[in-house]
Amino acid sequence: MSFLEQYDVVIGLEIHAELNTKTKVFCGCKNQFGQTPNTNTCPVCTGMPGALPILNKHAVELAIKSGLSFGCEISPYSVFERKNYFYPDLSKAYQISQLVYPLCVGGHITLDSGKTIRLNRIHLEEDAGKLTHLGKATGSLVDYNRGGTPLIEMVTEPDLSSANEAVEFLKKVREALIFEEIANCKMEEGGMRCDVNLSLMKKGSKEYGTRTEMKNLNSFKSVQRAIEYEAERQAEVLASGGVIVQETRKWDDEKGESFAMRSKEQAQDYRYFPDPDLLPIQISKENIEHIKSEMVMLPSDRRTRYMEEFGLPEYDAQILTSTRYISDYFEKCVQHFNAPKKISNWIMVDLLKLVKDQEEFTFPVSEEHLSTIIKMVEEKTINKTVGLQLLDKVIETGKEPLALAKEMNLLVTITDEQIIELLEKLKSENAKVVDDFKKTPEKVIGFIVGYVMKNTGGKANSNRVRELIAEKF
Amino acid sequence: MNFSELTVLQIKDLIANKKVTSEEVVKHFIKVCEDKKVLNAVVEIFYDAIDRAKEIDQKIAKGEKIGALAGVPVAIKDNILFKGKKMGCASKFLQDFVAPYTSTIVEKLLKEDAIIIGRTNMDEFAMGSSCENTCYGACHNALNPEYVAGGSSGGSASAVTGGLVPCAIGTDTGGSIRQPASLCGIVGVKPTYGTVSRFGIVAFASSLDQASPLTKDIESSLYVLKIMAGKDAHDGTTIDNKFEKNLKQKYTLGVCKQLMQTFKNASNDKHFDETIEKLKNNFDIVEVDVPHITNSLASYYILAPAEATSNLARFDGVKYTRRAENTKDLESVYVKSRSEGFGKEVKRRIMLGNFVLSSGYFDAYYNKAKKVQRLIRQELKEAFKACDAIIMPTTFGTAFKLGEKLNNPLAMYLEDLFTVPANIAGIPAISVPYATADNGLPLGMQFFADEREEEKMYDIAKTFEQTIKGGAL
Repeated sequence: MSFLEQYDVVIGLEIHAELNTKTKVFCGCKNQFGQTPNTNTCPVCTGMPGALPILNKHAVELAIKSGLSFGCEISPYSVFERKNYFYPDLSKAYQISQLVYPLCVGGHITLDSGKTIRLNRIHLEEDAGKLTHLGKATGSLVDYNRGGTPLIEMVTEPDLSSANEAVEFLKKVREALIFEEIANCKMEEGGMRCDVNLSLMKKGSKEYGTRTEMKNLNSFKSVQRAIEYEAERQAEVLASGGVIVQETRKWDDEKGESFAMRSKEQAQDYRYFPDPDLLPIQISKENIEHIKSEMVMLPSDRRTRYMEEFGLPEYDAQILTSTRYISDYFEKCVQHFNAPKKISNWIMVDLLKLVKDQEEFTFPVSEEHLSTIIKMVEEKTINKTVGLQLLDKVIETGKEPLALAKEMNLLVTITDEQIIELLEKLKSENAKVVDDFKKTPEKVIGFIVGYVMKNTGGKANSNRVRELIAEKF
Repeated sequence: MNFSELTVLQIKDLIANKKVTSEEVVKHFIKVCEDKKVLNAVVEIFYDAIDRAKEIDQKIAKGEKIGALAGVPVAIKDNILFKGKKMGCASKFLQDFVAPYTSTIVEKLLKEDAIIIGRTNMDEFAMGSSCENTCYGACHNALNPEYVAGGSSGGSASAVTGGLVPCAIGTDTGGSIRQPASLCGIVGVKPTYGTVSRFGIVAFASSLDQASPLTKDIESSLYVLKIMAGKDAHDGTTIDNKFEKNLKQKYTLGVCKQLMQTFKNASNDKHFDETIEKLKNNFDIVEVDVPHITNSLASYYILAPAEATSNLARFDGVKYTRRAENTKDLESVYVKSRSEGFGKEVKRRIMLGNFVLSSGYFDAYYNKAKKVQRLIRQELKEAFKACDAIIMPTTFGTAFKLGEKLNNPLAMYLEDLFTVPANIAGIPAISVPYATADNGLPLGMQFFADEREEEKMYDIAKTFEQTIKGGAL
């Protein structure tokens, strides 16, 4: 269909994610989105003369966690450097970042196809503020609230070869970061952004083509569209005998096209050098082990475990690992009552329908209470219908289910002796039933159970009744 | 009583013992500042110092606990922030800047009940050795107004020697305290890097800057330095300097072969040799080898401008520095504001710094200078195995006349030749007056000690002073 058929698409990503810290990376200001401009600032993040950065240890830990999630090597020695350039949203006129000695090196993510995408590095840096352009006559406004928010920048090797792969990769990154509570990755708030480096390589060739870079894509859809557009554009340029210019391009989501921002010649010389205000970060093996011990199993690993160890269908495993919360909730329930499939059913059918906001929620019943109810149903001390009534009541009152069931007189409390007594009574009163049972038990068992239920007010355990019928008749 | 002739310790005792009030003392010094305005040493008097003096007097009258500097006036260099007071770094660019917060060192002085009485003149952004690069007009040496006071802390040095204040705080990046102290015949010190917090002091070269007091006498110098010292949660490069007293009965002084060679090639001054002869009674004198020490100045003029160019980038006309008028776009705001705002010497160093950090030159200059720095550190460390301190003149000669070196930047840079190695190596150094040259102006003697050996260095300086005065030990 297109000129693109002659080429392989070569894609590398640079992903920025805002870390989930309480405070900014170099000062005590809150790390929070959406406040009145310039109210969440201090001398450090507004670049006042004489102000100095103090490193937030939690940000380093989260960055290390991200590295451990993707199999990176954690550098025992890493250095902050200043990336110098002028822009009004950059209060100090340099961004504190890392260049020569990043915190995490290497690593990889495996796509569903089995293809491995290598990571080059993950480093820690600070975010800039935000500019609002009012138009040429009025000027622009600067808001430094976001300035100093901790970011990780994740750089891949050029291993991706399609928009679909890029999006799948991003989804995997996002899932892992959210699951480990490293980052919220709220893309609509700029919590996760992506730069795409793309070039074309003639099929069969080993030589990379000239690449272009598209900056700050902040949705999966725009990544998808920008890549598709850019690959097509480059193919057309090449087909018409043109050359690709190494440049930075801006993707316009509304128009569905990208345009050149600046060429390589106009590119900035960032004059990186080690930041003399910050001592190098030194990480010991013990530090890394400690951070590792705080980490949970990643969603993909959990899915495998749910399927292999708990015997759950893939569909269940998928839903149960869709968020860290549901997964943790499920696992705690299993700890209380080891019936994974039953618990899975209750969560998927009966609990999730109670949740209105699918993004942020907690289930209205504790893991312990839910497990107790499920256990009661499974042990037939109540039936499922009663179980659901009980669940409603537990949610309403917050009371312990067993106590509540007793209080509401829901429990099956008929003893074997009482049942046997009733059965003996029936036998002596109705000899025909005994005969019929011997000939065609399936035809009369319902009648016998009904008789017991009627005489116990429905509180006998029907399974037990059946067992005892088999014994006595 | 002429307070102008007294030391910090003498004034402190008089006030604490209720012999005089802080109000009397402060009013006296304000009067001298006003009378000697023509020196351009103190650029602004903080008249509210009188109110604060009254508060301290009340505290003393009531018998309340008082701080270690209760009622003693202290002036601060114009690059140190004191909330609510103007702070200009002697630059047109920051003319209307009011400090939005208080530096750690001023906090510490205030906590000990010192009275901050005004701010002193300096070379713009601490770049210079004569206090002539200043928007307030050149500072005159109080000992002879035809001569420079030295720089960059020339205002602080001239103010102390002229009796305008008993103590002034300066900053020293390559000799900016010790050289003016030497030229003004007073005591100036540069502590081990990290001893004093840099938070709230406008950075020149972050990895070299240290603040400390200029005083008439050695004891007061140590006394005030200890108050200013301490690990600071706002400055990650501060250290816990314990001022350990590794004192000795008899000290060994090292005379650096390479530095003395340089000195003798350029100076006919006989005072140094004569003094060394005298010292032989009380000290052991040895020759020490520090082969790369003469490269200190070259590496300094790469590292310091590199850091400065980045540190000064925040002064961009966007936030708090003066914005040029009639600008047409963002670029012209930057270019015009910075062109108008910075003086000649500052621009020279910004250019130099940008050059050495530029892509393609970084290894040849910055990295090489860092290597030289490491070598010098090692060599000095080695030298301190053979001696307790290294002795040398602070400068080649006495103060020079105003205007004499203004158009010869290289001659001006050579003023730092003997002082710079201490900054490059991060070690403490002190300059004490020891002789009067034929022109009637003082000469300073300098001592380098190993890192964290301030107590020993002061003890050596004290012994030195007693020896040359002919006093018994």
